[in-house]
Formats: sequence, C-alpha cells, structure tokens
Amino acid sequence: MWYFISPEIVYGEDALSRLDELEGKRAFIVTDKQIVSIGFVTQVKERLYQAGIDCRVYDEVESEPSIETVKKGAEAVRIYKPDWIVGLGGGSVMDAAKAMWVLYERPDIEPAEINPFSPLGLRKKARLITIPTTSGTGSDCNWGLVLTDTSEQRKLGLGSHEAHADIAIVDPVFVIGMSPQLTADTGMDALTHAIEGYTSNWKNDFCDGLCLKAVQLVFQYLPRSYHNGQDEEAREKMHNAASIAGLGFGNSMAGLAHSTGHSLGAVFHIPHGRTVGLFLPYTIEFTATVAADYYAEIAHLLKLEHTEIEKAAFSLAQAVRQLAQNINQPLTIKDLGISNSSFENSLPKLVSNADMDTQTVTSARIPTTDEFEKLFRYAYDGKTVDF
Amino acid sequence: MAIRFLSEEWIKALMQELNMSEAYREAARDWEGDFYFIIEPEGNFRETVIYYMDLWHGECRSACVVTDEKEKNPAFRISAPLSKWRRVIEKKLDPIQGMVTRQLKLQGNLMKIMKAPKAAMALVNCCTLVPTEFPE
Repeated sequence: MWYFISPEIVYGEDALSRLDELEGKRAFIVTDKQIVSIGFVTQVKERLYQAGIDCRVYDEVESEPSIETVKKGAEAVRIYKPDWIVGLGGGSVMDAAKAMWVLYERPDIEPAEINPFSPLGLRKKARLITIPTTSGTGSDCNWGLVLTDTSEQRKLGLGSHEAHADIAIVDPVFVIGMSPQLTADTGMDALTHAIEGYTSNWKNDFCDGLCLKAVQLVFQYLPRSYHNGQDEEAREKMHNAASIAGLGFGNSMAGLAHSTGHSLGAVFHIPHGRTVGLFLPYTIEFTATVAADYYAEIAHLLKLEHTEIEKAAFSLAQAVRQLAQNINQPLTIKDLGISNSSFENSLPKLVSNADMDTQTVTSARIPTTDEFEKLFRYAYDGKTVDF
Repeated sequence: MAIRFLSEEWIKALMQELNMSEAYREAARDWEGDFYFIIEPEGNFRETVIYYMDLWHGECRSACVVTDEKEKNPAFRISAPLSKWRRVIEKKLDPIQGMVTRQLKLQGNLMKIMKAPKAAMALVNCCTLVPTEFPE
C-alpha cells in the first residue's frame, strides 16, 4: 500500500490566471524581499484583488528558512486569519509557507513535529497555493518541507501527506529572468530529485515515468536555460521538469545526495541545489551495484555509452559531472572554497547529520558511519567512489 | 529451529541478535528510549501480545512479554495487527513506510523517531535474523 499525492497543477503560459477564478476572502502571501522587489508579488496581488480577495504579504523568509522564521510567520497568519495561503518564491519560501500553514491550522504543535505518522487535520481554516519562481525545488507539487534548526546546525526533512498545495501554479513567466547561478543551482536540484526518485528504495510505478521524463527534460533544457536565459522554450520545459520531478520524488522519496547535501548545506550555508547536485555523481557511484538496472535504464534513455549494466551508473555519474561542468557548477567540496582544515573540523558533524537524515533510509544502499565519512572525503577530493 | 513469534523466547532471541549486531550498535548509538510493540488481535489470533524492549545507546537492556499494558510506561508504542508485523519482519513492509501509511500506528515523541530512521531499519534487520515461526 502506498499513496500518490498531487495538487491541482496549472502550468504553462498564463497559468497565473487561475487566480482569477479563486473563491475566498483573504490570502496571506508568503514570500521574500527579492520576489517583492522584482514585482512578482504585485502581479499576484492584482489577480487576487480582481477575484475579490484581500491580501497581506509576509516577505521575511530567508534562504534555507529557520524554525524561528516560520514560527514568526505563523503568528502573523493567525492574526490575519486568511482562507488561502500563497507560497510565492523558491523552495525556501514554499517550504516556509507550508510550515506556517500547518502551524496556523495546528497551533498546538512545533514545526519539528510535522511528520507523516499522525494525521494533522489540515484545511479547516485555509488552503494552500504554491507558485514557484525557480525551476528546481519541486516543493510546489509535493508534501515535504525542509527547515533549518539553527541551534543544531541541521536541516530537518519534514512532511505530511496533508501538507501539499491544493493548487500549484507553474507559470514560466516567473523564471524567464532567473540568474544563471540560480538556474544552475535549481536545475541540478531538479535533476537530483528525478534520479533519486527513480532509484530510491520507495520507487514505484506511479513515479517512475515522471522521474524519467524529468531527467530527459533537464539534460535537454538546463544547458539552454543556463546559457540563454531568454530561451522561452527551455525556461518553460525546465519549469515543467522541476514540478514533474517534484511530483515524482515527492511520492517515492530521495536518497543520499539529499542526506549528504542537506548536511553540507546546513553546516556551510550553501544553497540546497548546489550541494545535492554536487553529491549526486558520488552517490550514484556508491549505489551503483544495488541499483544497477535502474541506472542502466536512465543511461539508456539518455543514450549514454556503456558496455555492461554494472557500468551504466558510472556513465551516468560522468554525464552528470559533464552537465554540472557545462553550467559551471562545483564538482567537489573543495571547489566550494571550503578549506581542508575547515572541512576536517566539520567532518564529524557532517557525518552525524547525514546519518540522521530522513532521506538516508530510502537510499538503495544505506552507508555505515564510516562509509559516510569516506563519501564526504571522496566528494572533497573529487575521487570516483570505489567502495 | 524456528522460534514462535509472540513467545517470550522470540523477544529474547531478538534481544540477543541486537546485542550481537555491530550495525545496530552503530545505527542506534545515540538512541535512548523503550518501546512497546503491540501485536493486535486479527482473524484466528484473538489476543493482544505486548513485547517490551528497553533500547539504550545501541544496546537492548531488557526485553520481555508484558501481560498488562499498564505494567510499564514506555516512551514509544507501535501497534499493528499480526499480519502487518509479519510483513515487517519478513522485510515485505518497510517499517517507516508502514508508519507513514499508518499500517503501523506509532505513539510517542515523533520528533525523536524522525531523528533515528537508520536505527529503526537496523532493528528490523535484526528481526529478520531471528528464525521465526508465525501462528496461522
């Protein structure tokens, strides 16, 4: 028994007009200052006003949102009493919006208590709309959320089957002006979702096709999006790819690139997409033997050359590295500018975080603590994983 | 020789497997908390059996059958019908997936469980090492 959970997804040019049909009285828009400054919030507010819905904006979400931020935002939601919550932004904003919504509905729980094991009873006060302004996170279409526990320097992978958007609006108008760096970071995030969703322990028939399609779209359109941000077709395809991957991995879970990436990101404050993308080829190599057939299927889809099934994962890892190189992404932890001494000092924390990460247990191969340490060391030096 | 699931011998055998397992010791090195594993009546099996385990820093300090649920007050309770437990022990049902789909019902500090998914997997792996005979 398993579930496949999805919001209503409105995508493509002018998808934002879905807001014109919205029924309600008050919408609480969760976003960040950057999104306000480029005018996206104004576009959304105008649509909502036209639909007769009053709005309030909360723009204090930071990158990799903390527990404190979402608690503060939830307090503002409680005061305003909306019937819609709108998460307008990248993954950080949408995750924060989900958490604020849950805390608005359930003021009796702590953010870290958002879990899939017990019913939350959401949608009694408000419903959720997600509008992604980057092409990578997939948070618009799934039920997971990541918050940062700043006191423990750790990311918390949280989620509930109820904590998904009612409506996801995937409109490419929001990503046409994305910077090359953000395009690269978020694009690698989408690719990681797609590959891990296809190879995780919880992979399933309903998600496989979505993940494969997303892999194909990312390899085809991410370089074009990166090198020519005005390429409208590439932008739209990447925007779709991110949501498709989000829907895929959101219902089949991720793996070790996420647990190691979460850990590195929390300790060294590096964007999520950059860290998970960096680890992806190493974790593909680490799980090569146990998920050989699945990697071979992806390699076949991408028409990669490989002589035998067991080698396909290594061809795929190499293709991921080439893609990353093409879009100027780091290939090693050293490339991130982290000194050897700083890395060595943080290694116990990096390993411990990854060991406790919820995405570790859904990996096709679960590392021991020693293997995690080796994985981090190999990723620091850029060595092909051979253990 | 297979040991009958639901017996005192079975939980003692699991305790032995846990205490011999390097993988469990490592995965659960930070774990502190005791459990009730509650096997609920189903079909011809009409009783409730409660297994108690005291798990502490990668070690199982004690394990037994409890006849009265009020006898102890463990930090966690996981309950499910016999058929679900069988699927977990035979590795046909991922325990975390079982809890997510609420086929296994979990009570206790869920934040703590969310921080120890690897320990849960290692524990189940030890269950599969006990040669088990299930009641029909």
